[in-house]
Amino acid sequence: MKILGSEITPYKTYLNRRKFIKGSLASAMLATVTSSAFAKHDSDLSIYTNNLNEKDKLNSYEEITTYNNFYEFGTHKKHPHLNSGNFKPRPWTIKIDGLVKKPQTFDLEKILSNVTIEDRVYRLRCVEAWSMVIPWQGFQLSELIKMAEPLSSAKYVQFVTVFRPEEMPGQQKRTIIWPYREGLRMDEAMNPLTILATGLYGHEMPNQNGAPIRLVVPWKYGFKSIKSIVEIRFLDTQPETSWETLAPWEYGFYANVNPNVNHPRWSQGTERRIGEFKRRETLMFNGYEEEVAHLYKDLDLTKFY
Amino acid sequence: MFSTRNFNRSKPVLFILILFPSLLWAYQFVTGNLGVNPIEKLMDELGLMALRLIIITLMITTLSNIKPLKSIVVIRRMIGLFAFYYVCLHFSTYIVLDHFLDIQFIIQDIIKRPFITFGFISFLFLIPLASTSTNNMIKRLGFKLWKKIHYLIYPVAILASMHFYVLVRADKTEPVIYMGIIILLLLHRIFKRLTRPQLAQ
Repeated sequence: MKILGSEITPYKTYLNRRKFIKGSLASAMLATVTSSAFAKHDSDLSIYTNNLNEKDKLNSYEEITTYNNFYEFGTHKKHPHLNSGNFKPRPWTIKIDGLVKKPQTFDLEKILSNVTIEDRVYRLRCVEAWSMVIPWQGFQLSELIKMAEPLSSAKYVQFVTVFRPEEMPGQQKRTIIWPYREGLRMDEAMNPLTILATGLYGHEMPNQNGAPIRLVVPWKYGFKSIKSIVEIRFLDTQPETSWETLAPWEYGFYANVNPNVNHPRWSQGTERRIGEFKRRETLMFNGYEEEVAHLYKDLDLTKFY
Repeated sequence: MFSTRNFNRSKPVLFILILFPSLLWAYQFVTGNLGVNPIEKLMDELGLMALRLIIITLMITTLSNIKPLKSIVVIRRMIGLFAFYYVCLHFSTYIVLDHFLDIQFIIQDIIKRPFITFGFISFLFLIPLASTSTNNMIKRLGFKLWKKIHYLIYPVAILASMHFYVLVRADKTEPVIYMGIIILLLLHRIFKRLTRPQLAQ
């Protein structure tokens, strides 16, 4: 049945856009994207899909930017796309504090000039049992952590989203306790899969996807991948996270994608890939078992969900 | 003063108006115009429509207490049957499109997930209501028994709104509004019942 519009993945549009962007190199952010990855696949998308299962196909730019959970802009999936027009992602700074050598505030441009932007195509699995495949541009979180110089006593990293109710209408209502907060264990944060993304499909990060900089942790449910980050804090105890605070019986700190641990609202055994008709099986750690399973070998995942 | 005839005359228009959304969504679904996650969208729209219609049937009964609107009850049956129609579409979307008739999974889902349990029981309770909706059935059962069966609409409405309430992750405003309306309508009935004997004296 041809109904879902997934086949309309705008590869060509995408390539054209990339050529355009590469030609103009307009912004500082994109100026840093001159690394080999960018040049190589102007005519070749395989670099994107190499580390993907052959069953995975990129979702279209339209799908990725019109169907979002970003409650700061409203609770419906279409709200972030519709309500994020007034959000100003520049200028932007990130405050680094907690257990670090020296608390400081980094200008985003400064961070970007110190890191390597790469392409990462990841599956994104929402706790609501839908998923997408997204071509991000970003850099490893570990690079920023090195810049931040945490003390050896730092065991956890906490992230905080910007609070600007005048630009983010969802924040005018107390649906969750603002600002949104998330956290990772230090070894999860340092894992090479964990990135801070600043773009998708070669565009600067759209507002509705977490402009200008967001976390992407592909083996965890989407809500862990906190958007529009303004503060990163290093701690020696496990931080509180927004969804866990709101409904601890539903959302845990770890939130690893796990088909064997049920959620009271959604079976996590299967998922609907956006653009596909029939559900597919959900993979352990969202298919990144090889890269991350070792992080949890001593953890009872049914208890620490 | 609106007569029974006025209301009867409005029926064909109402019929088309209430049927129309289901046809539109079916068309949009088949042509791929129901958004990025069409199955979810279809299920949400059908379910919301069903809940609204259930609430409307309760409202009609309340409205019929107002003298000029006394005859409005003549449209109640049609609205009730449409509620059942939308519930059936909602439920079959869940079974067929969402889970591809994976009956074992669906049974687990109904048992394990409270919001699905609520929705499913609500659906079950609607079946006797819909199947006793003809004049003939009222005659066969006798009005008293028929009326008793139709009190099932109260648990149906409460369960349906709970189904929606539990489903929503964070901003519960909309389901709370529906629940509030249902509670008000039920309170009105209780109030009426309590004051009736006094009137008789």
